[in-house]
Amino acid sequence: MYGNGEKELARLLRTAIAGDERAYGEFLRCAACLVRGFARRKVGQGGIDPEDVVQETLLAIHMKRHTWRDDGPVMPWLHAIARHKLVDAFRRRGRRVEIEIGEIAETFAEPEPETVSNREIGRALDALTPGQRSVVAAVSVDGNSIVETAERLGMSETAVRVALHRGLVAIARRFGRD
Amino acid sequence: MDTNELIETLVADTRQPVAPLSFVWWGAAGLAIALAAVIFFATLGLRPDVAAAAETPRFMLKFVITTMLGASAFGLARGLSRPDEDWRGVAPYLAVAPALLAIAVFVELLLLPPGAWPAKIVGMNSMVCLAYIPLIGIGPLAVFLLALRHGAPTQPALAGAAAGLLAGGIAATFYAAHCTDDSPLFVATWYTIAIAGLAALGAAGASRLARW
Repeated sequence: MYGNGEKELARLLRTAIAGDERAYGEFLRCAACLVRGFARRKVGQGGIDPEDVVQETLLAIHMKRHTWRDDGPVMPWLHAIARHKLVDAFRRRGRRVEIEIGEIAETFAEPEPETVSNREIGRALDALTPGQRSVVAAVSVDGNSIVETAERLGMSETAVRVALHRGLVAIARRFGRD
Repeated sequence: MDTNELIETLVADTRQPVAPLSFVWWGAAGLAIALAAVIFFATLGLRPDVAAAAETPRFMLKFVITTMLGASAFGLARGLSRPDEDWRGVAPYLAVAPALLAIAVFVELLLLPPGAWPAKIVGMNSMVCLAYIPLIGIGPLAVFLLALRHGAPTQPALAGAAAGLLAGGIAATFYAAHCTDDSPLFVATWYTIAIAGLAALGAAGASRLARW
């Protein structure tokens, strides 16, 4: 019904859930491509960066990967999550526009310097506790492995894993909340 | 953070075992029934004449209706907790319990003279019913809201309402074993109000708790 791409994706996700990190990386890269195409088509000139939708969808896929039925197709599941996150992005965008109109004077008076990483997820890092933020930043932005991060921050590997997981949960929850 | 960095980060976070959703729902159902049983037997308990009552069709019909409601709401809540599930396929089963009740009410109205209707509707236990179905159902509802939170409902309010009907079905099944008002007229009035209250609470709760 969904062809070879579907079969390959299902195989990757099944292997990934069983604990294969390489398969998981490959699955997420495929998912990112699919969602990017979907988001670009849907966003139009809505003032939303499609890449933000891609990232928020990937995070949601990660947090909710146990909601996939391992005997069912992946594409409709992926599509449902992407659509849910797109609706979220539109809703937040609508709200933000209202806020910006009220704050125009302030914005003119004090021009904010553009940060290197101004993606929604990058911004969400700032809301984490200092411990979680240093771990998530070390793994994501600096590209360190769990072991390297543990050495660099003088923590145990388990503590790094826990902080990373809690940090990602907090970021995902921040997007879901408003 | 660019998308490749994000992917590497997510891959690094895969050691945490996550419980599969179907397993969580069955566990939640077991826990919810146990909670309801504890509250029921600690507060109300069975009616004294339960053995004699079990011989009467009106008493037994209450359980058919409440368990049908619970079973159909279970399928619906579980379906709504997956983002891609085709829950519209199981939704029609939710009509079975109300349809059975409607038929029972119709037959009861035929059997009883109109003068006897008001007394059967009001019954003896309406306030007990309104208090104890929510009281027995609140624990199960909390359990099911947590199961929804573990899932990924794209319509949280609807999923929460289904969870409320499920909790209401379980609570009403226990409560029916205590209540001496067996007329379908009583059930259609007071059980419905009490269960609708739980459904509204579930919808409100899930809108807050089950966002993702």
